[in-house]
Amino acid sequence: MNILVTEQSPSFATTLAARRPLVRIVIVGHVDHGKSTLIGRLLHETGSLPDGKLEALKAVSARRGMPFEWSFLLDALQTERDQGITLDTSQIRFRTPARDFVLIDAPGHAEFLRNMITGAAQADAALLIVDAAEGVRDQTRRHGYLLHLLGVRQVAVVINKMDRVGFDAQRFRDIETEISTHLVNLGLTPTAVIPISARDGDGVARRTDTIAWYAGPTVVEALDGFVPARQAEELALRLPVQAVYKFDDRRIIAGRIATGRIAVGDEIVVMPSGKTARVRSIESWPALADPPRSAGAGQSVGITLDSEIFLDRGDVVSTAAVRPKAAQRLRARVFWLNEAPLEVGTSLTVRIGTAQARGTIAAIAKAVDPGQLSTTEATAVAQNHVGEIDIALARPLAVDPYVVNSRTGRIVLDLAGRISGGGLVLSLDPRPTDAAGVRSVQEGAQRSDVSPQERAARYGHAGAIIWLTGARGSGKSKLARTIERRLFARGGTPVVLESRALQRGLNADLDDTPAGAAEALRRTAEIATHLAQSGLVAIVAAVSSTAADREAARRIGGRTFFEVHVDAGADQAYEPPSAPHLRLDARRHDLASNAAQIEQLLASAGVIAGGTAGGEFAI
Amino acid sequence: MDRLSELEAQSIFIFREGFARLKRLALLWSLGKDSNVMIWLARKAFFGRLPFPALHVDTGRKFPEMYAFRDRYAAEWNLDLLVEPCPPIEWVDATLPPAARSAARKTEGLKLALARYQFDGLFAGIRRDEEPTRAKERVFSPRGVEGGWDVRDQPAEFWDHFNASPPQGAHLRIHPILHWTEADIWAYTRREGIPIIPLYLSRNGRRYRSLGDADITFPVESQARTIDEIISELDSTKVAERAGRAMDHESEDAFERLRVSGYL
Repeated sequence: MNILVTEQSPSFATTLAARRPLVRIVIVGHVDHGKSTLIGRLLHETGSLPDGKLEALKAVSARRGMPFEWSFLLDALQTERDQGITLDTSQIRFRTPARDFVLIDAPGHAEFLRNMITGAAQADAALLIVDAAEGVRDQTRRHGYLLHLLGVRQVAVVINKMDRVGFDAQRFRDIETEISTHLVNLGLTPTAVIPISARDGDGVARRTDTIAWYAGPTVVEALDGFVPARQAEELALRLPVQAVYKFDDRRIIAGRIATGRIAVGDEIVVMPSGKTARVRSIESWPALADPPRSAGAGQSVGITLDSEIFLDRGDVVSTAAVRPKAAQRLRARVFWLNEAPLEVGTSLTVRIGTAQARGTIAAIAKAVDPGQLSTTEATAVAQNHVGEIDIALARPLAVDPYVVNSRTGRIVLDLAGRISGGGLVLSLDPRPTDAAGVRSVQEGAQRSDVSPQERAARYGHAGAIIWLTGARGSGKSKLARTIERRLFARGGTPVVLESRALQRGLNADLDDTPAGAAEALRRTAEIATHLAQSGLVAIVAAVSSTAADREAARRIGGRTFFEVHVDAGADQAYEPPSAPHLRLDARRHDLASNAAQIEQLLASAGVIAGGTAGGEFAI
Repeated sequence: MDRLSELEAQSIFIFREGFARLKRLALLWSLGKDSNVMIWLARKAFFGRLPFPALHVDTGRKFPEMYAFRDRYAAEWNLDLLVEPCPPIEWVDATLPPAARSAARKTEGLKLALARYQFDGLFAGIRRDEEPTRAKERVFSPRGVEGGWDVRDQPAEFWDHFNASPPQGAHLRIHPILHWTEADIWAYTRREGIPIIPLYLSRNGRRYRSLGDADITFPVESQARTIDEIISELDSTKVAERAGRAMDHESEDAFERLRVSGYL
């Protein structure tokens, strides 16, 4: 018969397709800020256009007496697709020497926000485009906010139409500061902010003389810096159950591993029921001579267990050590897409992984238009706005806070069978009166029979937190150890908490997202506060790059908290504090003089006695 | 995980979601390379079986090689095969250009099958890279009672959560390989050893890139006589995959009109 059965071969075909990393990018920003022009220019600069296309279009423009526009290219590709062009405007593929790219469609018009969200949620990385003449607009801010909520962590900003502002470096820096501050406040540090003229090509693939004052990457270089979003294998196991199949005598639990790894022999816990069993096998088809013994995040698997525990779609398979919580009330930061506003009392379906439950909006803590600069807070979340809401569920679901697991810590809101919103889980079972959702050591202050005065008499100083903040590489850790040595030499009891060391143990379960970093700092602040309340001097060395995170730490530490900025010059990834207790110049002073300044600060605050080493401590 | 394994895992997830959330399902089997990959992925998802029928909407004008392929693999893969013959051409909108009208017959056949079997979900093997209107598709795409598609009113779809509640009498199209490319399909066919119809391979300097009805599908120039050669050729070509499908070229909006009224 005339049928071809291909021979199995992993060699040629797979290596060809798998060799180059594929990065999905989305270009977002305010409408008319130059998205199509940049796409046209990128296709040209990366050699992705059909031969002769550009010349033909230029000739047509000249014939019609119109100046050539790069955006014509996209229109032309769309309308001339019949003539044999594989590019289209919704999924454009192009490549640089290092990467394959898919450009995902994301309309800039406000009314298409649900399409922007559908597109951007698939992206590994984003380019946020801003018009140099018009500056940051509401849709720029809104898109930035949504990128953060959608979990897109790699973002480069392009300031376009620099030709319209005479390639003015100051104008660029003003916009750079404005948009960077907005993004950093959201916990989203841009990988680059690039001055370009998409029309003329400056900054796209080449650093031209017009932007000689700019030392950063071009757009193409920034794109080459993007990597495909990683599967989260290092996090704890979460396998949301899609179904239990009994096609034959096997009882196969099927699902896609959200995070972590699973192996034959592992003891697993099913949440929310809490039942336990061991993994007997990992099933596959076609049957393999050597069946898989383990599987990791991203894989669609089927497992069998050694005992017939009850389990169903929506349950989460995890490990005993780090299981998700079964929560019936949660606080979440959500975006809302439905015309009807989200209000207290709104009833909807809440979906988490493969689970779903009826939910009622129990409280709205905050509701804002993420496009606006000054936020007017409202009691309902309007269409295309975001809010912090409490949801009461009809039954408990297995869920993680987003800071613990960025995959399983998000929810989708379904109104009358239509996906209408989604967001990140901030906390589980928040108490209605507790705005932060997390109780801190301050409010739950431990009772102790030992008074602060007794402790001070023993240690020779009052309790305090010295919070050393500063960009990566500013020398915080060295400075921390210098202070530790000096206080110790004076007979004091200092304790150094170094964020890098904590990452290996205490904070090992957190990922390197902004939310993960915030949680790491919160924990560090809690420990430091316990130490300070027990009369010790806690010296924290942590980049703590955002003002919001440091403010949260200061709230926890209260009066014992001293913020010291170790200043090593401007750094895009670091938001300097506006009013620290002390600012030290990491480049101009030596360690000893910087440590001495910190001692002066402690002395003037009454933590230690004034005077030089060897002097008496005050109480 | 490599790129093909990630694509596979995502498609399996989509199949299982469709199977969990809808009651009356079928897989649209056109006998082409894409729907063969779909069947393979479904068998992986369900450990060797297809737990719903494979529906072939038959125009009666396919290539003989395609019918031979269908009969052999329906038996070999143990498929619950449903064949729905298309109505006569007179049933179809006479204002459409000839080839599009011929293709629209398939839509009418599909509507007959929908009415007969009351499906609420159909797995269809379209891909975003094939054609611009398909690029706008969702993975779970609701169709009206008449089978129509409203491109302007599609709900959001993100984080692998899908809209799976079709209104009474309507159905969902489910697209498990929407995110694949033509090259991915070939690379996966090669890796897994999935059978293909030999019309895809070059004979006398020409081969079919896409297979439809014999009277409205034409071969393209190609020297690719093996799948590896197809993959190499795709790597450098700038000719569209559906260039050999006559209905795509008859008028600017022909394909979009076909899709709005329920074509795949």
